[in-house]
Amino acid sequence: MGWYNRRLAKSLWVFHVSASPCNNCDIEILDLLTPRYDVERFGIKLVGSVRHADVLLVTGVINEKVAPRVRRLYEQAPKPVFVVGIGTCPTSGCCFKESYNTVQRREDVIPFDVYVEGCPPKPEAMIDAIVKLVGVLNG
Amino acid sequence: MSQTVVPIGPFHPLLEEAEFFRLSVDGETVTGIDTDIGYMHRGHEFISERKTFTQSIFLVERICGICSTSHPLAFVHAVEDVDNVEIPVRAAYIRTVVGELERIHSHLLWLGLAGHFIGYDTLWMWAWKYREPILEIFETITGNRNHYAMMRVGGVARDVPPEAVPPLLKTLDMIERKMAMIAKAAADDPVLRSRLKGVGVLSRQAAIDYCAVGPTARASGLAIDVRKDEPKDAYALVDFKAIVLENGDVYDKLVVRVLEIIESIKIVRQCLEKLKTAPGPILNDVKEVTAGEGIGRYEAPRGEVFHYVRTDGSNRPLRHKVRAPSYVNIPTCEVSCKGIPLADALITLASVDPCYCCTERAVHLVDARGVRITPDLLQLSRDKTERLRRDIHG
Repeated sequence: MGWYNRRLAKSLWVFHVSASPCNNCDIEILDLLTPRYDVERFGIKLVGSVRHADVLLVTGVINEKVAPRVRRLYEQAPKPVFVVGIGTCPTSGCCFKESYNTVQRREDVIPFDVYVEGCPPKPEAMIDAIVKLVGVLNG
Repeated sequence: MSQTVVPIGPFHPLLEEAEFFRLSVDGETVTGIDTDIGYMHRGHEFISERKTFTQSIFLVERICGICSTSHPLAFVHAVEDVDNVEIPVRAAYIRTVVGELERIHSHLLWLGLAGHFIGYDTLWMWAWKYREPILEIFETITGNRNHYAMMRVGGVARDVPPEAVPPLLKTLDMIERKMAMIAKAAADDPVLRSRLKGVGVLSRQAAIDYCAVGPTARASGLAIDVRKDEPKDAYALVDFKAIVLENGDVYDKLVVRVLEIIESIKIVRQCLEKLKTAPGPILNDVKEVTAGEGIGRYEAPRGEVFHYVRTDGSNRPLRHKVRAPSYVNIPTCEVSCKGIPLADALITLASVDPCYCCTERAVHLVDARGVRITPDLLQLSRDKTERLRRDIHG
């Protein structure tokens, strides 16, 4: 799949999956598209349908109600698809570990490829994660 | 006649958060709306009752990332209300600065998203471009772009050193010029006028009936603002006016928010001038919280946020209740969406600046067949009240 990944890396289209976050990572993702950071320079584009996506940006601890929908989104995405967990929530559960309504094993719902740490991660950190992903895809 | 239902969500290109709307339509006209929430519920109140007061501040900050000062501020007001704790003057000014800067950034964020919803991405890019300097000020004052962790019971966590004030005032000057430009551009824009004027009208009576708060109510001619009605922190010491408009359509909601940005800049400027000279500590150390109950209110960018805390003398709340502004604002869409074309429905839904992360404080129970079991939920709630009452009265 090397040739495929190298072509994919030229223009990654991302889809934003909000799985019970606090909105903060979500607005920082949108911030990436606006003039200060402007990731569209690198061919990274936010798309409206998961059928067009190469990368899923997952934010938030996944709660019981949203988990089946997130699973379904992952199944609907054309493969190969790369899943980036944005923020502390998908990485470690943040302060919501004790909650009755969050999924205990997030990896069972959706397999993560990259984690971006931070609450919320700075836009620079997210760009760094995507650059690293592109580096891996280029081999 | 069967009814046509247009589902929007839970994952929809126009929605930042996962939520689900059922719009009943007759041809192009919206006849009814039903909202299904619960995709964001994380059980804050449950976790908060297991954390100490200082840890809870960290937690309530994560109720919502956009109003991440309003919730901690209302929470510390509630805890301070239990023992009538006085806070130092300097802390009051710093709290007000952070709270008002947050209002500016939140309103700009909404302005941008509103532009995005009506397909006017230029406005989105402009509004968010000038939101960045405000986040930079936040980074200077608090050390983070969002989630500031500034509030403590009895004061604030970090001081704004007097030598940091002049550069901040300079940035504020720049922001004020840009905001005046954006305010003029948005108010005179023919695109915004033709798309928003007279759309999604919420009458004054409907705003009263639905208990609307914040800019949603103020655009409909209701002069309610916690900053004026019950001034806490430094709001009694600064000069500003509450913006109230009459028409109640989406355009007025936009103008209210834009004018509030200008007022907020005035407040921040006055507070920063005072911070140059106001002496004193920033934290009144609270050693213990006695048994009792307290309420805290704060005017978040979306309206009044309300926290209730009941304590039993230990270091953690016995009961913590949160009521967010969107919780009362979202049902007003039932009135304002009725009878408008489908194309205008989304901007009308967005016009109350809904924040589902704030709203979702209740769990929605379904049994194995997917049927709602609401009576049982009511019973659970009554059982809990009974249990709490027994715990307290022995």
